[in-house]
Amino acid sequence: MIENTAKPIKVAHSLSLLVANRPGVLVRIALVFSRRGYNLDSLVVSPTLNPDFSRMNIVARGNPEILAQIIKQLEKLVDVIQAKDHTGNSTVEKELALIKVRCKPEQRTEILQLCDHFKATTVDMTDTSMVIQITGNTDKIDAMKHLCDKFEIVEYIRTGKVIMLRGEGTT
Amino acid sequence: MTNHTLSGAQMILECLKREGVDTLFGYPGGSAIPLFDALLDSNIKVVLSRHEQGATHMADGYARATGKVGVVLVTSGPGATNTFTGIYTALMDSSPIVVLTAQTTRPSLGKDAFQECDTSGMTFATVKHSYLVKNSDDLPRVMKEAFHIARTGRPGPVLIDLPKDVMAGPCNAPFTDQLDLPGYKVPTYAPAEAVEKVAALIKKSTKPVLLVGHGAIISGASRQVKELAEKLNAPVTETLLGLGAFPETHPLSLGMLGMHGTAYANKAILECDLIMSIGSRWDDRITGKVEEFCKNATIIHIDIDPAEEGKVLMPDVFLAGDAKLVLEQLLPLVGKLDTDEWVKTVQTYKKRYPLTYPKQGGLRMQHIIATLYEQTQGKAIVTTDVGQHQMWVAQFFKADYPRQFITSGGAGTMGFGFPAAIGAAFGTDSNWPVCCFAGDGGFQMTEAELATASIHKLPIKIFVMDNKYLGMVRQWQDMFYSKRYSSVSMVGNPDFVKLAESYGILGLRIKRPADAERVIQRALAYNEGPVLIHCECEEEDNVFPMIPAGAPLTAMLTEPPKAQLEKPTGST
Repeated sequence: MIENTAKPIKVAHSLSLLVANRPGVLVRIALVFSRRGYNLDSLVVSPTLNPDFSRMNIVARGNPEILAQIIKQLEKLVDVIQAKDHTGNSTVEKELALIKVRCKPEQRTEILQLCDHFKATTVDMTDTSMVIQITGNTDKIDAMKHLCDKFEIVEYIRTGKVIMLRGEGTT
Repeated sequence: MTNHTLSGAQMILECLKREGVDTLFGYPGGSAIPLFDALLDSNIKVVLSRHEQGATHMADGYARATGKVGVVLVTSGPGATNTFTGIYTALMDSSPIVVLTAQTTRPSLGKDAFQECDTSGMTFATVKHSYLVKNSDDLPRVMKEAFHIARTGRPGPVLIDLPKDVMAGPCNAPFTDQLDLPGYKVPTYAPAEAVEKVAALIKKSTKPVLLVGHGAIISGASRQVKELAEKLNAPVTETLLGLGAFPETHPLSLGMLGMHGTAYANKAILECDLIMSIGSRWDDRITGKVEEFCKNATIIHIDIDPAEEGKVLMPDVFLAGDAKLVLEQLLPLVGKLDTDEWVKTVQTYKKRYPLTYPKQGGLRMQHIIATLYEQTQGKAIVTTDVGQHQMWVAQFFKADYPRQFITSGGAGTMGFGFPAAIGAAFGTDSNWPVCCFAGDGGFQMTEAELATASIHKLPIKIFVMDNKYLGMVRQWQDMFYSKRYSSVSMVGNPDFVKLAESYGILGLRIKRPADAERVIQRALAYNEGPVLIHCECEEEDNVFPMIPAGAPLTAMLTEPPKAQLEKPTGST
């Protein structure tokens, strides 16, 4: 992933790309961003119903004019069938995170209450640790992570964002 | 392999023939042997260069002179990396070439095998598209797609990386003319309502300028550009790569604009109320400080590449489409404008600020160019290298015809001019002489191709404009860096006449302005092979007009400044 230089946070844009399953397509796409100094927050690549194509969801932040140019440059790539910015569209957006916390048995109840509140589940538990699985939008996962900070977080990983347009139309 | 099955290499050659390729430029090596072997049984002519960079520029020059796709064939590893400058040059100037690079065998990929390199990985950023062929049966499809992508839309370089065993093994797939490229769209006509909007904007203009770029030449829109200019009565200026798209000797022509463009073109740009770019991309050499460029004028941009919209500046209307087709849409919607005053003003500028050069003193490059122009009456194919001589050729050789002026613009690749002339000479069927202008610096970067020109007896006129300096860098150091010359002296240059002679090439020399006419006459009359004319020029001449990089057009200098200037803020 491209280094996130500590510049003022700009609006995060959710992009959806339909790409041909051809070697090198991911590199070509990454180069369009990196050449213009654009940061990628996350990237998800997934199969589609058609085995010839894949769907990529990218969250990127930076100057909106540069992003408009980036989308045009992405569409120019032979292996990119479609590139769209879904920021502001009515979409379902989900991420999944796994949070491993160190916890003594007496702390479990509090953590399980948090999980209950956030509809998170525990997917692993030992005498000294728990792994929590949570799904939802970016803010929700951020909030859960923040609350877990009071316990000792051993490890933390989250997927990129997957996006789907609401209603009958395709993303 | 049965008798009916072609090898991968044979299939590649059959596909080349189907694409109309009769000449390719290349250099062999271990991995490429299967293809070079198959070439012995084919009637495709192979031009053996002396360096892979030379081969790539030859293919580029061939493509620019003819509009056809130029083809390069090299081996893996260093053979492939040596083509990268040429590939990048073709990308920057939208030139259609297909580069076939051999690769190590498939089982050896990723094992640092001898002469293995990740050619496709290294070139992602400098190709229009590329392939690494892992399966021989993909060859017919890949070849079909590669040529289609290289030549259509905004043309560009396409690279095909070919593992040796893919070429040596059988290819069982049939030829295909089908294209299945759902992500590749080529605009043709622009949306009718957008064209109507442009027509309405044009009708309101009393001070229009048409800015014509390489896109107009690529799409073959010269006739339409002329028709539009004459119909509107609008002045026309051209980019470096657009020269020849509109006759420079036409009364409405302002010649080249920009950093070293004519003063009258730049003054017209400053004063116009509407500028319409036809196949140009607002290069920084044209706009100078973008925020100041045509800030009170209506801006219309016609480009076949939709990604050009707003890349540098946001036009009032962008027409995504082929220059020729869009102009055909526009022509019936417009008529003569109220521009008599404007044209008169511009003509006054042409008279008041003509392109000139001092006639006294030593030999000047401008004099050589002007003499060649007179003697050929402008009927020559001219290639240039990069630097001062390039700008002077653009200024003093008035290109009236598309594809007669070939130069590396976007990339500014030194070493381009001479091999490009070789490629043009192979490609052209015109009987105009092919003349190459190169500086002493750039010429030495690819001078090994003297052998290529010599063995094929190509009647190219090679003007080596020797000022014993990297003149353009020296000019910047002179004007902006207190004349602190750093690494610009070309002391150590060979005697270029003797160099030519050692390759069996006729060498001539021009030392004084008075020699120029006679020597050029002799060079033009000599058609048995190449001729090199070593021009020993003034050492410290500077190109004017000049707009310092990143400055607004108002900062144009038409003569040497009296005082030291601030260091430029713009690109290089």
